[in-house]
Amino acid sequence: MASATLPSASQVLDLIAPLPLDGGQRLADVQVAFETYGSLSASKSNAILIFHALTGDQCVASPHPVTGKPGWWLRMVGPGRPIDTDRFFVICANVLGGCYGSTGPASLAPDGQPYAMRFPVITIRDMVRAQISVLDAMGIDQLHAVVGGSMGGMQALSFAANWPERTRAALIVASTARHSAQNIAFHEVGRQAIMADPKWQGGDYYAAGKGPDAGLAVARMAAHITYLSEEGMHEKFGRKLQDRSAKTFGFDADFQVESYLRHQGLSFTDRFDANSYLYITRAMDYFDLAEEQGGKLAEAFAGATARFCLISFDTDWLYPTAESRTIAHALNAAGAPVSFVELSAPFGHDSFLLDVPALDRVIAGFLGQ
Amino acid sequence: MITLRPDLAIIAANVAAGSRVLDIGCGDGALMAALQRDRQCDARGMELDPHNVAECVARGLSVIQGDADADLADYSDGAFDYAILSQTLQTTKRPDQVLDELLRVGRRAFVSFPNFAHWKVRASLLWNGRMPVTRLLPVAWYETPNIHHVTVRDFRELVAAKGLKVEGAWFLSGDARISDAAASWRAEHAVFQLSS
Repeated sequence: MASATLPSASQVLDLIAPLPLDGGQRLADVQVAFETYGSLSASKSNAILIFHALTGDQCVASPHPVTGKPGWWLRMVGPGRPIDTDRFFVICANVLGGCYGSTGPASLAPDGQPYAMRFPVITIRDMVRAQISVLDAMGIDQLHAVVGGSMGGMQALSFAANWPERTRAALIVASTARHSAQNIAFHEVGRQAIMADPKWQGGDYYAAGKGPDAGLAVARMAAHITYLSEEGMHEKFGRKLQDRSAKTFGFDADFQVESYLRHQGLSFTDRFDANSYLYITRAMDYFDLAEEQGGKLAEAFAGATARFCLISFDTDWLYPTAESRTIAHALNAAGAPVSFVELSAPFGHDSFLLDVPALDRVIAGFLGQ
Repeated sequence: MITLRPDLAIIAANVAAGSRVLDIGCGDGALMAALQRDRQCDARGMELDPHNVAECVARGLSVIQGDADADLADYSDGAFDYAILSQTLQTTKRPDQVLDELLRVGRRAFVSFPNFAHWKVRASLLWNGRMPVTRLLPVAWYETPNIHHVTVRDFRELVAAKGLKVEGAWFLSGDARISDAAASWRAEHAVFQLSS
């Protein structure tokens, strides 16, 4: 996808003031695209802000504008669902740097040309800062909760640590307080795949109408492996062959797992901008909540008053249980009320998006308070 | 109002109002809920079983999935007014070290355990020559989580050897309180309040 798309159910907020960024720049004319579900109470106290993951979007419970697939967390968000829109006003915004209506590298710079690689490198906190503007515009002083899985969890942590008075609860699923060397390494493989594609053209591919699809597909393939568990992959594919009875002694997708990954990679290029992928993965790599506190994570939460709940999955090797446990201990040391549970699910990191009934129970219970 | 298990009721009645409490092996959170509701405590829990943790979170309690043997080390000295270990000591790998940890993270501790010297246990061993299976110890020897059976006397000895103070001791037969006299063989269950 060599452009950006605005979903039909989304609203767009134009930020009046330039957005200050962690990198030191001030980004002018920022737009934030978001969707809402349910109704905001008269006291404006029933709002939940959901942060999306790396390749997610604001269509948390509405059809995707490109693929037509149901919202990415439809099983969690809706009337009578664990995040109950009969009771809560749910907000989900496209992250800064994204390609679904919020300002990102595909957006036009003041000179009328797409930013491309002139877009400033952003951080997780910058993404949160842009979404705070949405809350300000709505007059929401304090949220009922911030909720996020994976990169969404990083934003929820950043929100609770940097704007502690603005939420009463934080729910963080399958996430981490800092990107590990292994996490950065996988992202770098993806970025190099994009940049090695001649169609990337230093990022200036928008006019050509065709982006570095081959590179972006490889990036997605590598990343997708990290979202699944070895066990789950083995169960689903094993060494099964794809529509053939014998190996071809060639380099076609003989194995089902190859065919699956190629499909995942290719279909991803229909719905995601390669430069957005570069910028968002960079923001994740830069994320280390304890960095400004000399490595002491507990100090990052010194002012936190919210209730916290951390959930990990036993088959998630991207952000394994130890990461959530570290956060829980830091919050405990900071005196914040915190719960932590490791749930058993076969789907690896992707478990937070899939059918895990125990996850529904914990989320409904935690947010229902 | 929910009725607490008798040993938990004793603990709940003896925790000072408004204190900070860590309930290790908090199960479904019944004691924590009672302490928060009736005694305005700031109660935190630790529990091994993820289903129980989920149940606690759904009740609005702050519970961390963890293990008494391994995860108490993550709490700072004196972080709590009370550390509570109910019916869990006999399941730990090193009860003596867990006891040290309890009185490190808590200024006081409550410990409750089934008394292995209860007369039914003694009789079962004496007459049948078998590891007893009783109401409080309902699982056969090969699959019981209770790997360190303890008696009231054993516990008092360990506490004395560590130089800890017994601030209170309560004994139960069935659900009824019994006197200290002959508790060593009459008590099915003991509750101790300790301080260092």
